[in-house]
Amino acid sequence: MPEIRRVSTATNPDTGAAGTTAAAAVSSVARPAAPVHARKPEGFSVAGKALPRADSYAKVTGAAIYADDIALPRMLFGKLLRSTQAHARILRVDCSRAQALPGVVAVATGEELPVRYGILPSSPDETVFAIEKVRYVGEPIAAVVADDELTAEEALNLIEVVYEPLPAVMTIDEALRDASPKIHEESRRSDNVHKEVHLEFGDVEAGFAQADAVFEDEFFYEGNTHAAIEQHAVVADCSADGKITIWSSSQTPHYLHRIASAVLQVPASRLRVVAPPIGGGFGGKTEPFPHELAAAHLARKTGRPVKFALTRQEVFYTHRGRHPVKMKIKTGVKRDGSILACRLQTWLDGGAYGSYGVATTYYTGALAPVTYKMGAYAFDGCRVYTNKPPCGPKRGHGTTQPRYALECQLDKIAGALGLDAAAYRKRIAIDPYSETINHLRVTSCGLRECIDEVERRTGYSGRHGALPRGKGIGLAVSAYLCGAGLPIYWNPMPHSGAIVKVDRGGGVTVYCGTSECGQGSEHMLAVVVAETLGVDVMDVRVCAGDTDLTPVDLGSYSSRVTFMAGNAAHEAAESVRLRLAQAAGALLGIAPERCGFAARRVFDVGDPDRAVTFLEAAQAAEARFGTLVGSGSYTPPANLHGDFKGSGVGPSPAYSYTACVAEVGVDLETGEVRVERLTLAHDCGRALNPDIVEGQIEGSAYMGLGEALLEESAFRRDEHKIPNLLDYKTPTILDTPHIDAIIVETDDREGPFGAKEAGEGPLNPVIPAIANAVADAIGVRVYATPILPESVLRALDASPSGRLRLKSAPSPVPV
Amino acid sequence: MSVAPPKMLATLRVNGAEIACAFNPNRTLLEVLREDLALTGTKHGCEMGHCGACTVLVDGETVLSCLTLAVECVDREIVTVEGMAGAGELHPLQRAFVECGAAQCGYCTPGMLLSAAALLESNGAPRKSEIEAALAGNLCRCTGYVKIVEAVALAAERMREAAHA
Repeated sequence: MPEIRRVSTATNPDTGAAGTTAAAAVSSVARPAAPVHARKPEGFSVAGKALPRADSYAKVTGAAIYADDIALPRMLFGKLLRSTQAHARILRVDCSRAQALPGVVAVATGEELPVRYGILPSSPDETVFAIEKVRYVGEPIAAVVADDELTAEEALNLIEVVYEPLPAVMTIDEALRDASPKIHEESRRSDNVHKEVHLEFGDVEAGFAQADAVFEDEFFYEGNTHAAIEQHAVVADCSADGKITIWSSSQTPHYLHRIASAVLQVPASRLRVVAPPIGGGFGGKTEPFPHELAAAHLARKTGRPVKFALTRQEVFYTHRGRHPVKMKIKTGVKRDGSILACRLQTWLDGGAYGSYGVATTYYTGALAPVTYKMGAYAFDGCRVYTNKPPCGPKRGHGTTQPRYALECQLDKIAGALGLDAAAYRKRIAIDPYSETINHLRVTSCGLRECIDEVERRTGYSGRHGALPRGKGIGLAVSAYLCGAGLPIYWNPMPHSGAIVKVDRGGGVTVYCGTSECGQGSEHMLAVVVAETLGVDVMDVRVCAGDTDLTPVDLGSYSSRVTFMAGNAAHEAAESVRLRLAQAAGALLGIAPERCGFAARRVFDVGDPDRAVTFLEAAQAAEARFGTLVGSGSYTPPANLHGDFKGSGVGPSPAYSYTACVAEVGVDLETGEVRVERLTLAHDCGRALNPDIVEGQIEGSAYMGLGEALLEESAFRRDEHKIPNLLDYKTPTILDTPHIDAIIVETDDREGPFGAKEAGEGPLNPVIPAIANAVADAIGVRVYATPILPESVLRALDASPSGRLRLKSAPSPVPV
Repeated sequence: MSVAPPKMLATLRVNGAEIACAFNPNRTLLEVLREDLALTGTKHGCEMGHCGACTVLVDGETVLSCLTLAVECVDREIVTVEGMAGAGELHPLQRAFVECGAAQCGYCTPGMLLSAAALLESNGAPRKSEIEAALAGNLCRCTGYVKIVEAVALAAERMREAAHA
């Protein structure tokens, strides 16, 4: 076991006051169950430094090999035939003409892969290819592999599919209706409800009865998609001994491994999944997809490597993006704004399949209380099936939509009660080291400091409500997970494992099943190991995302990697460090505990000039103990949540906190909203690399901006209206305002070197901050996203002051 | 067998080298670079000219290689991300992208670098607005563009200093 020392809870030496509130509250709270990791009082060598990312050299030279860059000898190209119908019975699929096309090597259809699967064991409602029915336009029905891509594409045109069209269900309201056309016939319900949840903590009705004021609002959050620049790609190969390898742009190679084993009916031990660097994920590559399973199946069937590279249109159909959510929120408050009771109701448009939807449903209710104290809280969630591409997790998974509703309503409450919205939020903010009304354990919490920082930078309180018409400033805050406290399939094993190897040449390698999707997970692993062993970050080689070579990490989702894989890597490195300290201590004639590690040296902490090199220590340790390998793993503590059905979604070993101020200008003639500046302060625990944390905050701000103003999964009748990057508007550099990213450090006791997360949390407050700023600018509120010019004009038209009318100009005289 | 039309023989000048190759005349420059010349640094992002990930330089001008036929580029000077670095030394833009953390997932990075290189070729001291205008056709979903702009400005500054030295 690694040596465990008590964390210093003193003010963070790097950031001064940032950690003080968190630290001050520590003594009153039960000690954490998870190991508390070592700190060096003299500070860190590499953790906390803005070092260049170890993986960026390959990325700037074009040398990084992504899934679509892999080409193997004799490789075939695959294409998927996709449904042209939103909802239909499949009467016949005839591939004979496609199979006969010269250059076509194989075809595959549904009956070859009948095993039903789903990323969540509770809703296994998918098959690789549609069988009997199609449920959305774009659903895969068959696959072709050919010598080249063009031939495969041509062959798709030769497959004959006979459909019997069924009425399509395209909205939440239609899906809720009794006797609406059933999308999943095996469901016992008479409507298209996939999941329904009801939870209550405390007596909500009593809270409303005692309240001085009760506020009720309805909001709609439109669906949108990840639009990572890399289109999904996969290469699969089956060797002569029957072992299958899948290289895929997957954020969750472990889950692909599990489900491919079940679907292909191959023991997991004969399957290898490798996740090369991923060209952006944002949640869109977190579950097994038909193209991945089809590639493996067809590689096995043909004995040749097979590649599928999706087109952009196919990526829009693959989707698994943000759920459209209708929300009702009712909040009862005292005159001072304290929340006596809150009831949140959500209706999620899930699209055609389950995906992560059960978890998403719970997430729309779980995290609202993680920012605020409430007397009572009730949550009713309902996810429905519709005939659209399946929704799933996108950055902020299920918490983004209700956060928008809650933060907008809090601004209305502050306005009605005459409270300053920043001071109000600080007053009702959750305390560090406390428990939420829904029994979630809160540890470090820099929420108040985050509000202070954005207030200080923007002068929010003095300006809100005081700017000229057409100019607005808005504030919102949020919280997010540092990994889910429970795994998505029940098992008692660790959520993350790591191995650290030190070789006799002084080289250090860390093996961990994480998947690098741009967030910096490989760099994070290198920093944690380098800090522990006192070497340079560039001395550490990272071997990640390979189910044959690396211990399991559950994947790059729910912002879990820094916290969980970071702790696993730290434990693995500590285990090697212990042996290095024993060997180096013997060389130096000191006890192992007196050995310090920094700058590729192992030294006497009492006399730092007395030292051996890291290489000498490594060789002495290998001579004494044999091959130097240490393993570590991370399992979240068991005491994170209450004991009720549904308590498994929402708990996390720690929560990050963010505050955002948006400053906007609204054109009162055209309704166009222009965001001028976004200021975000984010409590990430300790920033292991502040440049990367800033980059995550900036990227989150940008993505939130797109969701607030531009991006929508729009449908025309029963098909995606804009499955391309021209009409689906992601912000360009010209649409992106000035972004100020502020890091607030709280030094979490259980995080690796105090770190929490930065990849998702900062997105959540951006959308309500912009919505609140628009309301401040025009004096009325738009209750739906994205805030399009036409919705602004409609809101203005309904308001007393109205829009600015274009001056009528005389028509030009024809010549 | 394939439904593709017969291949043609041509010589392409890529990153300073003359490369004789055979490709179908309906192939885009992007496909030929990636699949025939193994220059996989240039990326697919949409195949419709929307995202800018496939940007390369042809005779010094930025070109969307997904919308350009390879046959159009015969006898012209093609530069891809693989051609930016000198022997053992990164291009100042590449170095600045590394130092500023301007590459996260890295998928838009090659296109960004080449758009920026074309800008700095014609304007050694670009204002922020000029950098933004030059990169307006390159989508990035990771960075919020902040560190990309910083990196281009830093590289421009260093290139000016190097030119004076």
